[in-house]
Amino acid sequence: MAHVVVVTSGKGGVGKTTSTAAMGAALAQHGEKVVVIDFDVGLRNLDLVLGAERRVVFDLINVITGVAKLSQALIRDKRVENLHLLPASQTRDKDALTDEGVAKVIDELRGKFDWIICDSPAGIERGATLAMRHADAAIIVTNPEVSSVRDSDRIIGLLDSKTVKAENGERVEKHLLITRYHPSRAARGEMMTIEDVLEILSTPLLGIIPESEEVLRASNIGSPVTLSNALSAPARAYFDAARRLRGEVVPMIVPSENKGIFNKLFGRKAA
Amino acid sequence: MTLFNIFRRGGSAPIARERLQILLAHERGTRNQPDLLGILREEILAVISRHVPFEPDKVQIKLDRGKSVSTLEVDIEIPNGFGAALAKAS
Repeated sequence: MAHVVVVTSGKGGVGKTTSTAAMGAALAQHGEKVVVIDFDVGLRNLDLVLGAERRVVFDLINVITGVAKLSQALIRDKRVENLHLLPASQTRDKDALTDEGVAKVIDELRGKFDWIICDSPAGIERGATLAMRHADAAIIVTNPEVSSVRDSDRIIGLLDSKTVKAENGERVEKHLLITRYHPSRAARGEMMTIEDVLEILSTPLLGIIPESEEVLRASNIGSPVTLSNALSAPARAYFDAARRLRGEVVPMIVPSENKGIFNKLFGRKAA
Repeated sequence: MTLFNIFRRGGSAPIARERLQILLAHERGTRNQPDLLGILREEILAVISRHVPFEPDKVQIKLDRGKSVSTLEVDIEIPNGFGAALAKAS
């Protein structure tokens, strides 16, 4: 049975698109059939992060308005054959994104894929509410930082009230993905710890993605980090998170300070 | 980075956690309540407009929450001579 998952956060810049690409690729690398959908109409970026920006012909709105068939708009990844992208439109009016249209597209995708991952735009406007509307599960991407945690709390409230599941008296399964985590800053008390964030949001933890230059490098070259450097710390964290999303029990590894000799000697002088 | 910062111990994370706990406790409490003032405004204006003509932007509705009582203040500016219009209508 297909799973519809929304990747959401409220706040922008926390890593929704990066995480959508990495989680989608990780699931596909496990052999699952995956489609990632960009809901950020007017500001699409998932195509760029996946390195498919020059292959976009038709988009989600074209499919909704009947200009193109779903099969014409889907872009198959060149590296992982199970991974597909349904891009957002870059120019068209976002009013064309309708509840009925989105419902129809997702229904059609349910018959073709194991995982339908919806990359939500930031904010709580139409694009964001439609991205979460049909979700069975949600990945809430949060940075250990006050504005991100507050916005995540707001989004959790919306997931519990404005989704089809919530309206039918069911629950959207919620997972917290903490990204851009700096172990050394948390250890020095400069950044909220994983425990702090979990206590405040009381949502089960899906994974902890450490801050890493590999994530930036991956988006620079247009490849999910799980493909560009599968052995790097963030890639491993995404692989583990993907396995947890599939229901496997994987021990949670809290990234620790991995300091060189110079830092060990001098790095903590101030703390 | 000032000298003061270098020697300051401890971080700001506990402050972040505490501020969030207080803020979110408040926000969660008000989140699922309907917009009381919005509903009152709409219904009060609907009743009054049935009897008296007025400009919608000459209306002020204020809700002050006090410790033991709250007050609802409705201020509607009505043009003079509305009585004649009313008499004609009925």
